[in-house]
Amino acid sequence: MADNKDIWVFIEFKKNSIRGVSFEIIGKAKELAKKSNEKVCVVLLGSNVSKFCEDFSYHGIDRIYLCEDSILGEYLTETFSSILINLIKEYIPSILLFPATKLGRDLAPRIAAALETGLTADCIELDIQDGNLVQTRTVYGGNYLADIICPKNRPQMATVRPNVMERSEALEKNQPEIINVPIDIDPNQLKTKVTEKIETTVIDIKPIDEADVIVSGGRGIGSKENFKIIDELAGVLNAAVGASRAAVDAGWISKSCQVGQSGTVVCPNIYIACGISGTTQHLVGMKSSKKIIAINKDPNAPIFDVCDYGIVGDYKVIVPLLTEALKEKLSQD
Amino acid sequence: MRFIVCVKQVPESNDLKIDPNANRVLKKGVSTIINFFDQFVLEEASKIRKEGDEIIAISMGDSETKSTLMRCLALGADKAILLNDEKFLESDTFGTSNILAAALKKIGDYDIIFCGNSSLDTGSGQVGPEIAERLDLPQVTYTESIENVEIGKIKIKVQTDEGYSIIESELPLVIAGIPPSYYQPSIPPLPKIIAAQKKPFEVWNAEDIKGDKSKFGSAGSLIKIIKLYKPPKREQGIVITDEPKAAIEKLMELLNKDKVI
Ligand SMILES: Cc1cc2nc3c(=O)[nH]c(=O)nc-3n(C[C@H](O)[C@H](O)[C@H](O)COP(=O)(O)OP(=O)(O)OC[C@H]3O[C@@H](n4cnc5c(N)ncnc54)[C@H](O)[C@@H]3O)c2cc1C
Ligand SMILES: Nc1ncnc2c1ncn2[C@@H]1O[C@H](COP(=O)(O)O)[C@@H](O)[C@H]1O
Repeated sequence: MADNKDIWVFIEFKKNSIRGVSFEIIGKAKELAKKSNEKVCVVLLGSNVSKFCEDFSYHGIDRIYLCEDSILGEYLTETFSSILINLIKEYIPSILLFPATKLGRDLAPRIAAALETGLTADCIELDIQDGNLVQTRTVYGGNYLADIICPKNRPQMATVRPNVMERSEALEKNQPEIINVPIDIDPNQLKTKVTEKIETTVIDIKPIDEADVIVSGGRGIGSKENFKIIDELAGVLNAAVGASRAAVDAGWISKSCQVGQSGTVVCPNIYIACGISGTTQHLVGMKSSKKIIAINKDPNAPIFDVCDYGIVGDYKVIVPLLTEALKEKLSQD
Repeated sequence: MRFIVCVKQVPESNDLKIDPNANRVLKKGVSTIINFFDQFVLEEASKIRKEGDEIIAISMGDSETKSTLMRCLALGADKAILLNDEKFLESDTFGTSNILAAALKKIGDYDIIFCGNSSLDTGSGQVGPEIAERLDLPQVTYTESIENVEIGKIKIKVQTDEGYSIIESELPLVIAGIPPSYYQPSIPPLPKIIAAQKKPFEVWNAEDIKGDKSKFGSAGSLIKIIKLYKPPKREQGIVITDEPKAAIEKLMELLNKDKVI
């Protein structure tokens, strides 16, 4: 355990860019590193990722582990996990942080199992106390928070929820050491392969868990056509569109937009809930948003118990008025 | 083919009381049910099964977990195995996946191991990938649908941030989670509940599954909850009940004042 040192951040890419959550985790990692007097390192795996090394030289990072190979262009659990497991065994970090995204949630537990160490998923806060990483996550459907440590084993592993940590600020340029990680994978030995990719969302739109503003619609929206009213408000705010499960189940909007327990947990700066009652399963997914605005015609809807601002009324009247008012306001700024 | 479905019994409601001295919730007297996501994967497994295939439901839990497994038998599982031993108590994810992996090794022969999306109480979808690693099997998470299964091969549609991917894999593999949509859990009819009584039901303890006991239960737990507490309450918000135009004016003023927009 004494040999373990450094805080590693696994970097996730999306098409031709670094996913924003990576810089949020780096921001937190730097804070932790200061407290524990350690170094921050990043791990880059992909087919064409060396060009991103430059981006990390403005964040006070000490070392970049770089593994570049065409076989890594497509994420596969087996390729990514085997490379990481070997790398971690060789350089023995003390803390290992992943984004709590689809990829991170697939990959991190696999690695924790191989390294025989603990993993805390979906952390919303991290701290160092008495040499341990204190990892905070919600449990019991958001009814409780738990502070968790992994006292006996190293590395300490966590996945970190997007949009809750402060992004790392760019600093003066430095020269992180680059370690080229060799890759030894025989493509013929792989058990899985991706044979097709189907893109249903517009590529330039951020995934819902990384959006700063989300406008969501629920059963109260009434139809697929009516979601246009939601889209228009979202357009003005440059926001992502979300939904309750009732709206997804009705087929008005795609499953990837679902916020909540069986959808995505989001934490935007502003969450606008329209025609959503606010059941616990929905609240789990958005309750930690920084500001919540609710529009519902039922004054007793539970969503009003968690909102910062609420308007009681028909969204068909309220939302277009709000869209206009915001359009005007934003054009003045 | 043989499908194994891992199911967990969880509290029916997450509105639980805390034991203030022990950093855990009080479970005595709390009613329990099958983890919603696990019933969903069991029903999905039942849909793809063909004549001659077998579905085994397996659960690590206390003796009350029998009720959850009986429900699985009524919902279409052919056989149920309860992993029950004092040594299993207080297992974290590490312990749970070690116990399940040891039991799966004892079963030995399987084509697909199904896990739910996550446990609705304290889980986060880790057990499935951890089992896969321990058994050296491929895994998929965020499954949208199973497109095709044949001996030794499977084709699965998985959810990605951009949409979907089709993944082809060798069998056996672990399907660690199928997020449901359009789903109402079915309630088994009485004749199926009665028929379930006659289906094979086994209880295995730590001796039966062999494995490394130091990795089971509280002895093998790697994580420790040092504090369990209520999240800070949100401040009471302002709910506006004025006529639409006035309401919007008021809201815009507030948003301005609070520098939200
Ligand atoms: C295990 C499990 C997991 C689940 N996971 C999720 C999840 O991930 N996400 C999720 O959202 N749900 C989830 N649910 C479902 C959840 O319980 C609710 O069924 C769902 O959230 C309800 O969606 P809703 O608020 O849109 O609909 P409703 O509860 O029907 O509410 C509709 C609201 O719209 C209002 N309304 C109607 N017309 C208007 C109008 N013209 N103007 C303004 N307001 C109007 C009504 O007053 C009402 O409050 C899950 C359920 C289970 C059992
Ligand atoms: N005690 C258990 N017994 C059987 N299966 C379990 C148990 N705990 C978790 N699982 C399976 O693992 C999945 C993910 O659990 P978790 O990692 O706790 O979120 C669940 O949906 C179950 O399929």
